[in-house]
Parts: sequence; C-alpha cells; structure tokens
Amino acid sequence: MSYRVVHYINQFFAQIGGEEMAHIAPELREGAVGPGTAFDAAWNGEAKIVNTIICGDSHFAEHEKESKAQILAWVKEINPDLFIAGPAFNAGRYGYACANIALAVKEELGIPVLTGMYEENPGADLKDKVLIVATTNNAAGMRKAAPTMAKLAMKLMKGEKLGASCEDGYMNNGIRVNFFEKERGSRRAVKMLLNKLADKPFTTEYPMPSFDRVAPNPAVKDLSHAVVALCTSGGIVPKGNPDHIESSSASHYGEYCIAGVENLTPDKYETAHGGYDPVYANEDPDRVLPVDVMREFEREGKIGKLHDYFYTTVGNGTAVANAKKFAAEYAQKLKQAGVNAVIMTST
Amino acid sequence: MKLELGFIEIKDIQFSNESKVENGTLFVNADDVKAFVYEDDDVKACVKSVCFDIAKPGESVRITPVKDVIEPRVKVEGPGGEFPGVIAKVDTVGSGKTHVLRGMAVVTAGPIVGFQEGIIDMTGPGAEYTPFSKLLNLVMVCTQVEGVHQHEYEHAVRIAGLRAATFIGELGRNVTPDETKEFETLGIREGLEKYPNLPRVGYVHMLQSQGLLHDTYVYGVDAKRTLTTIIYPTETMDGAIISGNCVSACDKNTTYHHQNNPVVADLFEQHGKTLNYVCNIITNENVYLADKQRSSDWSAKLCRLLDLDGVIVSQEGFGNPDTDLIMNTKKIEQVGVKTTIITDEYAGQDGKSQSLADADPLADAVVTGGNANMVIELPKLDKVIGTLDYVDKIAGGHAGSLRPDGSIEAELQVITGATNEMGFNCLSAR
Repeated sequence: MSYRVVHYINQFFAQIGGEEMAHIAPELREGAVGPGTAFDAAWNGEAKIVNTIICGDSHFAEHEKESKAQILAWVKEINPDLFIAGPAFNAGRYGYACANIALAVKEELGIPVLTGMYEENPGADLKDKVLIVATTNNAAGMRKAAPTMAKLAMKLMKGEKLGASCEDGYMNNGIRVNFFEKERGSRRAVKMLLNKLADKPFTTEYPMPSFDRVAPNPAVKDLSHAVVALCTSGGIVPKGNPDHIESSSASHYGEYCIAGVENLTPDKYETAHGGYDPVYANEDPDRVLPVDVMREFEREGKIGKLHDYFYTTVGNGTAVANAKKFAAEYAQKLKQAGVNAVIMTST
Repeated sequence: MKLELGFIEIKDIQFSNESKVENGTLFVNADDVKAFVYEDDDVKACVKSVCFDIAKPGESVRITPVKDVIEPRVKVEGPGGEFPGVIAKVDTVGSGKTHVLRGMAVVTAGPIVGFQEGIIDMTGPGAEYTPFSKLLNLVMVCTQVEGVHQHEYEHAVRIAGLRAATFIGELGRNVTPDETKEFETLGIREGLEKYPNLPRVGYVHMLQSQGLLHDTYVYGVDAKRTLTTIIYPTETMDGAIISGNCVSACDKNTTYHHQNNPVVADLFEQHGKTLNYVCNIITNENVYLADKQRSSDWSAKLCRLLDLDGVIVSQEGFGNPDTDLIMNTKKIEQVGVKTTIITDEYAGQDGKSQSLADADPLADAVVTGGNANMVIELPKLDKVIGTLDYVDKIAGGHAGSLRPDGSIEAELQVITGATNEMGFNCLSAR
C-alpha cells in the first residue's frame, strides 16, 4: 500500500486561469492535478496524491479564516500521510497561502507538511515553523524542485531523520544538524575567504544570530534591608556533586542551602565545571561563590541578609535555551522567597 | 624560511627487543622508551607508572581518557630540534629538513587530571568522528603519584608524551623518506615583489590559554603570558606550538593538530597561485577581559601593519573563547582586513539554541566544525586502553553515560578532535 498525499495548489497551477481567476473558492478534486503529477512520478508508486485542493490566491488572502476551515475539514476527513503545498516559487500570495495552510494542517491535524518556494517569497517567513524547500524564483525551477520535494516528502512519511538543511534542500529552520561535508573545514575556509576577497558570493555556514540583550533592572535603593541571593554558572556544588550536574552541557541546576554557612571550605564544596582551571576554585570555593564576603557585608549591615539558598549550574557548553529555562524557573523561587537582588557570578 | 618535510610512511607498529623503523614498520622496545621518558626529573617525581599499548585502525579498541596526541618527528638538518624550548633547547625552528613518521601517533592516556580528556574509538561510529582512528597509535597510559598537585601532574604527563614522541621520532633520522615536500615563506618585500597581484593572506591562529588543561605553549612559553605575535608557518611543523592537553576533547587542538595544522597546509597549497600566504599571527584566549582586549587589539594591529587583505581565524575551545573570536574578527574587519572564521557549535542537543556565546554581524563568513552537543551512541568495544571510570564525568558525559552493558551515550564533545576548529575534519552543521 502506498502513502496517501493531499496536494494544495492555486488557480494558476490548476490551469484554471491567472489573476482574473484568483477569486475562486477552495475546490477538492480527486488525484493529482498539474505539478502534482511530477510528485507522483518521482514517488514511483511508493506514495500517491489522492486529492488536490485548489484555491484562488486572492480568495485565500481575503477569506483566510473560511478558506482554512474548509481545507482543514477536507484534509481531516481524508487523513493523508502528508500534506504538500506548492511549490509557489516567487508568487507572493501563493507562497503565503502554501506556508499558512501547511502550518494550520501541521498544528491542528498533526499531519506532516511540506511546501516549497523562493527564499524571498513572503511565505518563507514561516521557515522556522514549516519545512520549506528552497526553489528558484520561477516555475522553470519545477524540474529541480520536484525531486527534492518528493525525496524530502518521502522521508517525512517514513518518519526518517532529516539531514542538514543543505543536504535535504530545505530552508534553514533554526535547527542545527550535523553532517559530513566533502571537503575539510580548512579548505572550505580558504575558498570562502578567496570568494570574499574577490567580492564573489559566498555562503556562511553559520549566520550570526541576533542576540538577546537584557536591560538591567533599576538599582536597589536600600541594600541595607535587601535580601541578596548568590547564583553562579561557575559550578560550585556541595562536595561530591550530589545532583550530578554535568561538567559540560548541564541539563539541570542545583539549589543548596547555605543558612548558617559562614564560608565555603574545600572539604564541603567544590566546582563541577569542566571548562576552566578548577584548582583555585577547589582551594577556596568562595572565589567563585563569595559567601564569605557576603557574610561580612551582612554583619556590617551593608546588606540586609544573604538568601538561605544559592542556585548553581555549569555554564560550560550549556545551551542558551537550557540556561534560560533554569533561570526562568529559579527566578520565580527567588521572587517567592522575597529576594530583592541577585549577584550572578560567572567564570 | 624554507622547510623540507620528509614523510616516512608507517604501516605497522610492533613491540620488539630493538627499537627501529624498517620497511615501514615501527619496532618499539617499550622499556627503552620508558627509560627515556623517565630521564626527566618532573616525570620521575609525578608519574607513578607508564605502560604502552598499540591501537590500530579498525580494531575494537577504545582509548580513554585521552590527553594528547603527538606525531613523532625529528630534525635532520638545520637549526634547532623538535619541541623547542620544551624538549630541544630554544632555537628558531622551521627551516632545514625534518623527518615525519606519518600514519602514526603517540597518544597519552590514563586517569584524568581534570574533566577534559576524551575518547578515541578505533572502530564503529565514534571512529568516524575522530581523525586519530585512522592512525596507528602507540598509547602511553600514565598514572599519577599520589598527592601530586594537578598542575604539576599535567606538566609531567605532557612532558612524558613529548619525550616518548621524541624517542620514536629519532628512529626516523636515518630512514629515507617515502615522500618529500617543501614549504617556503618569503620576506615581506620578497613576497610583494614576487606576487604583486595576489591577495595577501594571513592566518590568525588562536591559542587556548585559560589555565589547567586549557593551555598552549609556544617555544616553551605558556601562551597566556604572551602578547599576540607573528610566527612562520613552518615553525609550527617543528613543534614550536604544543598542546597543554585538552579542554573539551572535541575542540582542543592536540599537539598533532599543531604539527599538521590544516589551515597552514591549505594556505600553502594556494600560495603563489590564488593568494600570497604571508605568515601566521598567534594570539591567546585568556580569561580576563583586559587580556582579551589587549590580545585582540594586537591581532588587528598586526593584520593592518602587515597590509593583509584577508585572514583565516581559527578558534580553540568554546564559550569564553567565543568572545575572543568575535573580538578578533570584529576588530580585524574594522581595520579593513577581510576575515573567514572557523569555529564549532554548542547549539544544544536538539540543535535549537544559538551556537556561540557571542556574535557580531561583521563575522559574516563562518565555517563550522559541527554541533558538539549532538548526542552519540558508542557501542561497547572489546578492549579498553586506559579506563572507563571517568566516562560519566568528562565534558560531554553525564551521570549514566556509561551504561551497564558497556556502551556509552554522550555528547560528541567527548570524542577527541571531533569538532576541531582548525578545520581538520569534514564534519559540519547547518
């Protein structure tokens, strides 16, 4: 038995007409229409388009809610193994429709989806949410796009692991995937530099992300009554690392009580961090988590109180998403405990 | 400066009564190597035991925890000797003739000094990620004299490995090489006159210098105490730069990497054809902001002073050094010198996080050695050289990494050289 696919196309690719027919409402047909035949051919019987949904681009744009509802109802009933849309090349409204209807099918019906379009098509804004194959900017690229989309579609239907975006032909979706290049890195670097020097096009293997910058909160007005907590990414833990925080790429953080602790001594504390010279931190863990100094401040009345718990993890190779998750969680605990300020030490 | 490398292909290693290289086979008398290694006072004081083993490509062997990998070489003509300032006396190397025992390495292993040592699998999926699975490895398992300070022990193990490699290298002195290759770097004016129309390209080689197991030595000087400076590419082929063992095993440059720097090799390959390879600039990766500021200022200053058109910047390590990488790149671009950088990624096990701890739009040409957080499964192998005691603890491992059946689940980080940032491998990510 072959996999069952529903294909979405616009009025133009259904050969109903151009702009003058862009108003047509969604229509459901049996089997493949237009570009769908190219997918069927590529799948060679392993998968087959059971239905084609045709919708005018203007209609989708102007009646998005109704169009989506109708299409979702059909797809739900047909319950295919995959929903494929386009490719839309550089047709803006068509690309928008393909990406958005695919996203709706994925999110509401949980059916794997795939579409294709030119990288500058406005529909490509959804590339982090919907798998989109990069195509040329006009329909002449169908010959190349069809086999790429068909192959990727087959992987999705079989539930196979995707290769890197450049291997499988989809637009970079923010998920980094390892793969083996044909040439070693140094040779690729030399080539890239030569292109850059000659003002020829080159493609970076890692586009720089825009960074999250966090604006600091206003200063604490009266430290002498403030409860201050110590937190660290320097890996200070009770000796023996009871929660097994990883030496690199930490999967969790630790919460430890320091009520009554005057000073972190090497017989009771150590660092679990694998990314810096641990000798000096292990000799005197206060060097990373300065409990001794905070106790002094407490006695001198410079701060109200040192919070009874400290929060700690290892910053070494730890994914930013994980770090964010840890902090979001223990920030709530700090807030609930009435902590007014936090000193976060790094290494 | 001109250096001729004579490559002696090593096709087999065998233990024997006599140490020699004959018809491509390295015969090793382990006692002789050991005696030579122990001639050093620091080794004597800190290293309790040394024993040797051999691991060959394709064998069901796992070597761990791996500290360093070293290629045996010997200087046969010209000034100085291998590992100047450490083993040989200080003298400028990089000219004359050097013999290389190609296809093999000395690997130091044994109980860990820190969290940073790695794994080399000679077969299976792990072997695909480490270049050292393709070499005949003479493995040296060292143990520590009890009570010795970590810094002192690291030093002693480092010296022990270099001494063993020196002993083995010496066996190639009078052997006729199978292949020879010449590398030449011209003076500034000579280069300009000879290649007036080629872009002037340099290599900014960043050296990890964050402390224990994160250090690099240049002519015996701890790189963290150096200012950014210039070095001939051929000097690195004679062991002028050595590893102070590994940070995360995957992206620490071993001594082998320094001796066989792929950026140096690939720039030489294009030298005189598409570019004029001017020189290397070495710069450290210290932990203090003032040092980062100073070192990156100097990288940019030297690039400008040398009138370079472009540079390749290679990083070592990750996280904190990402700052050095971006500072170097930004400042070098800002003085009008174009950059391409080589790094690796820590994008999380799911690949969804930002990959570097720092970023700048001027870093627009990046080559990546892959995502080191990727989870890999390594099957149980028949033989372990060293010990599996630390698999859960090393960088990239987690509690339970070593499973009861002897297989390992860990991040790619644990594999020695897997995401090397000199671009030694083909592994990448998108």
